[in-house]
Amino acid sequence: MRDVLLKGGRVVDPAAGRDEVADVLLRASRVAGIAPEISSDDADVVDCRGLVVAPGFVDLHTHLREPGREDAETVETGSRAAALGGYTAVCAMANTDPVADNAGIVEQVAAFGRRAGLVDVYPVGAITVGLKGERLAEMGEMATSSARVRFFSDDGRCVQNAALMRRAMEYARTFDAIIANHAEEGDLAAGGQMNEGDVSSILGLPGIPAEAEELIVARDLALARLTGARLHVPHVSTAGTVALIRAAKAAGASISAEVTPHHLCLTEDLIRTYDPVYKVAPPLRTKADVEALRDALLDGTIDCVATDHAPHTQDDKEREWDAAPCGMVGLETALGVVCAEAGLDLTRLVERMSTAPARIRGLSGHGGPLNEGAPANITVFDPEAAWTIDAATMATRSRNTPFVGRELKGKVHHTIYGGRFTVREGRITNGQG
Amino acid sequence: MIRHLLSIRDLDPDGIEKILATAASLADVGSRQVKKYPTLRGRTIVNLFYESSTRTRLSFELAAKRLSADVLNFSASGSSVEKGESLKDTAQTIEAMGVDCIVVRHKSSGAPLRLSKWVSANVINAGDGMHEHPTQALLDLYTMRQHFPSFAGLRVAIVGDVRHSRVARSDVLALQMLGAEVTLVGPPTLMPPNASSWGVELTAEIEEVLPKIDVVYVLRIQLERMEAGFLPSLSEYSRLWGLDSRRAALLKDDALIMHPGPMNRGVEVSAEAAELPRSVITDQVANGIATRMALLYLMLGGEHSVEASASA
Ligand SMILES: [Zn+2]
Repeated sequence: MRDVLLKGGRVVDPAAGRDEVADVLLRASRVAGIAPEISSDDADVVDCRGLVVAPGFVDLHTHLREPGREDAETVETGSRAAALGGYTAVCAMANTDPVADNAGIVEQVAAFGRRAGLVDVYPVGAITVGLKGERLAEMGEMATSSARVRFFSDDGRCVQNAALMRRAMEYARTFDAIIANHAEEGDLAAGGQMNEGDVSSILGLPGIPAEAEELIVARDLALARLTGARLHVPHVSTAGTVALIRAAKAAGASISAEVTPHHLCLTEDLIRTYDPVYKVAPPLRTKADVEALRDALLDGTIDCVATDHAPHTQDDKEREWDAAPCGMVGLETALGVVCAEAGLDLTRLVERMSTAPARIRGLSGHGGPLNEGAPANITVFDPEAAWTIDAATMATRSRNTPFVGRELKGKVHHTIYGGRFTVREGRITNGQG
Repeated sequence: MIRHLLSIRDLDPDGIEKILATAASLADVGSRQVKKYPTLRGRTIVNLFYESSTRTRLSFELAAKRLSADVLNFSASGSSVEKGESLKDTAQTIEAMGVDCIVVRHKSSGAPLRLSKWVSANVINAGDGMHEHPTQALLDLYTMRQHFPSFAGLRVAIVGDVRHSRVARSDVLALQMLGAEVTLVGPPTLMPPNASSWGVELTAEIEEVLPKIDVVYVLRIQLERMEAGFLPSLSEYSRLWGLDSRRAALLKDDALIMHPGPMNRGVEVSAEAAELPRSVITDQVANGIATRMALLYLMLGGEHSVEASASA
């Protein structure tokens, strides 16, 4: 394998405290040097002038649908989408069919990830058997399996039972695992189709009040205090949840939180079309919520961006609103949305997309620092490039993106995973890098 | 004229007035009988009903037939829908048959709007979920117009389960558009969420409202609301918000009693109150046909005047 020399890019690497124009030399699967001027006779020299060179992005919240719904996505197609989005690691949620609630399935998903070979795929284990919220899944088996699961979530479902959630938190501590709960109080949200508010009232769709999320987050924060667990709050969607997290962090809680690109910019008003492409859980909220989420991402109350990439087939999505499933794809548009909408400087941008999620999930090979000897997991992007997504050419097997026609800013040029180009000049290399 | 009627928002005050005026000229004012016209001969209208509603379907069917249109009835039960055919598939099947107009009733809010994106036929919403029922609002306005010359300043109270009512949503929009003042009356559990954004008065005190209004519009209370915990019991509802003859006596002499049907006599309205002379509930049913004729006529009939069609 030839050396790769990333020439003249702006290296933004928050973990190393670095933001400077420099050359980056990659040898085999590792970073071999970073310096203002590196020359090499035989390296594959990549002109990165005007581009940002950063640690590869890490997604804590990805639905890859395999096993079970390979018509919507596979680990391979999802990995391609991830690579195109600048990701070098994704956490695959457990709500597959069968559910990833045992060592066999998480090992299978991890193996699919290795076979695709485009990003590190870290399976998330279910908290409860079959996501049923009744009894704990064998978290220990998953943690000690070859998949080495360190992240548990029943995502898609909320663990409603407080005693069970407490036990899950206590148990997860054994493995120093993070635990995330899709926060939606079941009775308050029952039958809910969208955010409860002015728009649901007009549209005649049953609403899900913000409080359905906030009650569970408040409960889980209390349980994290009780158990000392490492709680991660997924897809924060309301201003009230932001306030809860801010207060808990101020009190010293060891918790983390994520926000999706879509919750950073889309509001419930889009649902006036009744187009289920806008149906997502948690639901799109109000402008005031969007502003609170942006502020929280900026000030670090929310640690990171996670896509909640949730592919669904056209047949499943093109239905009546109340019959359609929740979810949007997001891996290929995340950077474009965050650059365009979140108002982050480059250091914060890379921190929220890469460094922080890698730290939360405990991935030493991702998120930087890109020092000599570090694994070469790198993304090179143009933070100013304006573009629009063409649903027809996306790598994900599904087409349920709400961002068609929207001006995005920030485009991935190259993604390097383990020293190899997975994406070069914006195209998947098919292992030819 | 508009291409689709999915919501009252598709209309403006002039459009509503035109429909009401056309309905009046289609009905024989003297006898309130509706005559038959050849206007839509050769045109095909499909009643696509995913939710059973004999009244509304029959009303549309009669309206279409009195304009000489061909009518197909497509009900969801016993059809390919039960075998899993999607709304989009069904829409495309109907489209391929060269239908001119689809009248759709669906349990899902927004289904008619979605349907309208997939077909070239005109689409009329005959009731979607808890969203809207615009032709009910038109016939309600027509019925009010028979008694009051102007909607400006007309005071209308809508009593009952507004939260789950597509009729109420359409009526409120239509009445507000024409300058009427609307008050919603009932327990807070049955008021819509964020009702303050509707621009209406809200109260739980029916007896304070009744003496001040021109129309009391009583909504149907369904047993399932009690089962879902919105109400302690139907008898308590009836005692606190039901329109009985004692409460009806609080109304002004010329005030109207209306109801979209079918009534639960003894729950939201007593048998005596429903049969008072000021009750126009049966007129509403008759007016539904003329109003729907007017709508079909204006949407599908082109530029012919009613008089020209009548003599054709
Ligand atoms: Zn979730």
